Amino acid sequence: MKKVLHTPVTNEDLQDIKVGDVVYLTGHIVTCRDVGHRRVIALGQDLPYSIAGKAIFHAGPIVEPTEQWYKMVAIGPTTSMRMERFEAEFIAATGVKVIVGKGGMGARTAAACREHKALHCVFPGGCAVVGATAVEEIEGVEWLDLGMPEAFWIMRVKELGPLIVSIDTHGNNLFETNKALYAERKEAVVKEIAEKVTYIK
Amino acid sequence: MTDKVHHLTSIFAKFLDVVGKRLPDDITHKLTELRANAAPGLERVVYDSMFDNMEQALTLNRPICQDTGVISFYVKAGVDSKLLPLLKESLTQGVKEATRSSPLRHNAVEIFDEKNTGTNIGERIPFINWDLVPGNGVEVEAYMAGGGGSLPGRAITLMPSAGYEGVAKYVFDTMVELGVNACPPLLIGVGIAGSAEIASLLSKKAILRPIGTKHPNLRGAEFEKLLADGLNNLGIGAQGLPGQAFVMGVHVESAARHPASLSVGVSVGCWAHRRGTLSLREDMSYELLSHRGVSL
Repeated sequence: MKKVLHTPVTNEDLQDIKVGDVVYLTGHIVTCRDVGHRRVIALGQDLPYSIAGKAIFHAGPIVEPTEQWYKMVAIGPTTSMRMERFEAEFIAATGVKVIVGKGGMGARTAAACREHKALHCVFPGGCAVVGATAVEEIEGVEWLDLGMPEAFWIMRVKELGPLIVSIDTHGNNLFETNKALYAERKEAVVKEIAEKVTYIK
Repeated sequence: MTDKVHHLTSIFAKFLDVVGKRLPDDITHKLTELRANAAPGLERVVYDSMFDNMEQALTLNRPICQDTGVISFYVKAGVDSKLLPLLKESLTQGVKEATRSSPLRHNAVEIFDEKNTGTNIGERIPFINWDLVPGNGVEVEAYMAGGGGSLPGRAITLMPSAGYEGVAKYVFDTMVELGVNACPPLLIGVGIAGSAEIASLLSKKAILRPIGTKHPNLRGAEFEKLLADGLNNLGIGAQGLPGQAFVMGVHVESAARHPASLSVGVSVGCWAHRRGTLSLREDMSYELLSHRGVSL
């Protein structure tokens, strides 16, 4: 059965969710990436829309203006690690509950997810049409001065996913754990290759 | 705009439209193979989404990935082609047109002004790399260089004492640290040369080679295979999650080096490797070599 989270998301909704679980999201999610985080944390600007209990998407979509409004053409995740510098403070400042992106995030974000009860999830990168078809409506847009990819798009989504939980509310961090394992295996593999490529003699 | 430029512009816009919405044959084939070997669980979940997405992109006529990248062209231009003087303007206008018609995301941010031009046209962008060749044919390779795939790109100049062992280590360090976030399974390009800028450019050209092609030198081909097999033995799969295949392949391109330096460039193509090859004759008839059976 599909595990679907509905916004507003509560701490109780998240407590049994573990890294590696697959969930879906219904409700409100906004795009917020490099400059959005910088504006809120480094420049101290207020978010133009409250995201307490809601979700953010590290994403820069393709949006097509229509005669009446906007149509979501393609939306998928961008590399979450770029937001690591600001994310812990961002979680504390905004009350965001679900962060959707791709790849892992670092120890500071994981600590903030534990303290403030939030998740980081991976939406499969490059699956932007699957992402766009989950968008029921673009409800608003702010910060359009940043251009289409960086603007703050406010969306209502239905069962956006699959979202693979990479950081849970207990501070477990799937990518960091795996990275240590990968690094360990890497040493052995590189050593083996080195013995076979002594071409300079 | 002359009639000829107008006509070429429209060909290039349609070419880019296909490249953004449909993966080339070799990549589709490789991904199909990898999907069949995917581990049950998360890796299977990710491959299912990838294939669902490719199918929906065609049905709904939309770009596969929202990040349609910085548009780059690698042109093999026949020095006798009458089209040669028209290509730069037509390619540039083609990008502008595709940005509106496809649509493509706006991905050209001017340096220092830090403003997105909103057209995908900017200083030296689209990037056009020219190789002059004999004859009157023109072959245009288009590549959509997404941000995620560009982030792991880097180069280093090693002391020759580091050897090819050092080259291999640099590739593995880069991939395990940065490649995991770049939407695996990846196509890895490695440039080996005597200075950083040559190695970098060659690493990008390496990922434009179709999957299945090999370095012409036997050791070069061996090196490609050792790196690819090694990277696929790390237990990294789609999206950097645990799984079977980290890479679709490793391609090496090389240039003779200075005796005192050994430079390595690394470029990465994500699984949604949006590359296309268009062969153009002087009468402006064309053939889409990368996507057989697809018309513009």
